[in-house]
Amino acid sequence: MLDMSGFPLELSGENTPMVSFRKVRKSYGTLTVLDDLDLDINAGEMVSIIGPSGSGKTTVLRMLMTLEQINSGVIYVDGKPLTHMPKGGQLVPANERHLHSRRSDIGMCFQHFNLFPHMTALENCMEGPVQVLGLSKAEARDRSEELLELVGMIAKKDQHPSRLSGGQQQRVAIARALAMRPKVMLFDEVTSALDPEVIGEVTNVIRGLVSEHNLTMLMVTHQMGFARDISDRICFFYGGKIEEQGHPSELFGNPQRERTQQFLSAVREAV
Amino acid sequence: MFDWKWEFAWEILPRLVVATGNTLLAAGAGYAIALVLGLFLAIAQRSPSRALTFVVRELVEFIRSTPLLLQIFFVFYVGPQFGIRLSPWMSGMIAIGLHYACYLSEVYRGGIDSVPKGQWEAAIALNMTTLQKYCRVIIPQAIPSALSGMGNYLVGIFKDTPMLSVIGVAELIHTANAIGSEHYRFLEPYTMVGILFLAISLPAAGLIRLMEGRVRRKMGLK
Amino acid sequence: MNIFDFVAQYWPRLLAGTGMTVAQFFLATLLGVTVALVMGLMKLSPNRLVRATAVTYIEIFRGTSLLVQLYWIFFVLPLFGVSIDKFTAGYVAVGMNIGAYGAELVRGGILSVPKGQWEAALAINMSPAQRMRRVILPQALVNMLPPWGNLMIELLKGTALVSLISVADLMFETKQINGSTFLSAQAFGAALVTYYILARFMVTPFMRWLEAYMARKMGRA
Repeated sequence: MLDMSGFPLELSGENTPMVSFRKVRKSYGTLTVLDDLDLDINAGEMVSIIGPSGSGKTTVLRMLMTLEQINSGVIYVDGKPLTHMPKGGQLVPANERHLHSRRSDIGMCFQHFNLFPHMTALENCMEGPVQVLGLSKAEARDRSEELLELVGMIAKKDQHPSRLSGGQQQRVAIARALAMRPKVMLFDEVTSALDPEVIGEVTNVIRGLVSEHNLTMLMVTHQMGFARDISDRICFFYGGKIEEQGHPSELFGNPQRERTQQFLSAVREAV
Repeated sequence: MFDWKWEFAWEILPRLVVATGNTLLAAGAGYAIALVLGLFLAIAQRSPSRALTFVVRELVEFIRSTPLLLQIFFVFYVGPQFGIRLSPWMSGMIAIGLHYACYLSEVYRGGIDSVPKGQWEAAIALNMTTLQKYCRVIIPQAIPSALSGMGNYLVGIFKDTPMLSVIGVAELIHTANAIGSEHYRFLEPYTMVGILFLAISLPAAGLIRLMEGRVRRKMGLK
Repeated sequence: MNIFDFVAQYWPRLLAGTGMTVAQFFLATLLGVTVALVMGLMKLSPNRLVRATAVTYIEIFRGTSLLVQLYWIFFVLPLFGVSIDKFTAGYVAVGMNIGAYGAELVRGGILSVPKGQWEAALAINMSPAQRMRRVILPQALVNMLPPWGNLMIELLKGTALVSLISVADLMFETKQINGSTFLSAQAFGAALVTYYILARFMVTPFMRWLEAYMARKMGRA
């Protein structure tokens, strides 16, 4: 049994972060993907994760969405443990019931959208509110139509995903995630599978969310300019650790670590 | 045609039509059993219990690799040895239903496996329960890709019903055998049975293909 | 009587029956593969008449039951002056039936070979027959072997039907023993296990080996 005594049952106090990774470790066999990661994200903060492929960026999001289990450490969301639950005054690994109760704080958008192909855009957005949150169809429809309006997809609400372009699908996927009213939104390389000419329509939607809503957001992206524009903080991942983090102007303008400098200059050359 | 007697053919037609009804009934009932039982066999193989998965997997393999004819005999004759007397119809439905349930469980499994991993993940991201995941997201998408297999086995079960004749179910071949031994004429009854099978299975296969396309379109899957 | 005593007493007849089943299986396989190749190629022929012949054959044998075909071949063919003994009727029916299913696999396998291969063969000026034999068929064979594995199991199971025209195969012997002893669980149980062993530990491993062998030969593994 792992010693869980270093991890509090709950985080409390004035400045409790919305998301807190505490010594989180993840490995596949002998390959360590995340190496004792500590990362706090404050409420309303927009944090972007950048770094070379294989550095563990996406794994951070997938663990927060409970798509992957962690090997050790604890993740807290809104002060309460996500990956664990209190039992007899100690934290034990969460069961499905606990995960179900805590997952409602988190929403996620995927690289390949993962819209349900057998449902229309509107039905995709209504599915979670009706089935999981137990809203009436009318309420769910109002909420979904409002969000589809927000992402500029209301005109296509009755189309199936196969009739939509990648950019349109991704915008519907953002609306679908927002319809669950999460406290934390995760964006996993949401523009990587898109044709260059439609990337703007998705980034504009995310830009709008940042400026007008007080959501906590965590984004993995390869688009440095976009990350620089909208983020409160940039984390540069290397080898399963945060190599360097800071305000975009600092990290992009004056990177301190050699690996950060190498990565950023390699990215700039590629553009 | 050689020695073909139309008069005799007309005379035996009513009996063959009645037998066709029995054949269709047997195929329909057997298929209904197989559809439901197959779903249980498929889901059991996805259970977290390793032991259950293993036992069901081996059972399915065993039934799939041994002859249906032998299984029909087994069900019909082994019961009485232990004091359980089953009618020919009952035994036949158990044997053919179980046999095809194994085939259908493979079709269901294939359908479920064909749903991309991202769909499971999206369902988790929407915080769905296991039941909701299956009912709302996975099964609706598994059905279109399972449909062609399900259709093929409907026609398959229909073509395997003649084996039920060996335990006395009065389907087409059983009736043709009876007519043959009463009149010492085999040309007409066996040929007519063949034509009846063709007349049903060919349009059925076409209809199933049509329906498949319609379901796919209706679900927005191209 | 437990199953071991049963086998100890009746093994000679069970073994003889199994031998007959294996013989029927081999002959039906030989015929089935030949029919499948011929009909599969014919269905791809540019000649409409040739194609129609193949389609008719395939639809008739796939659209009716193996049992109906077996009875027709055994009881009706003699009326046309084609008299065949039950042993031959058995494997001919099974082989022709499986051949119709196999023809679709052959056709699918050939169509799965990329168009570029046809064009490359044409570009080095091979004749149509050379193209098919030297370039297309070997690749098609590798592609279609996995479904053939399933078809071979169906063929083995299909041979049990020959017992119904009194060919003394495993099914037939089992039924005979059951008729005289009423030891149904033992008799049918022993036969089920024997068929299972044939399928799972002989036919399937052989097909797997063949797949691996062909893949190696094609430089794919």
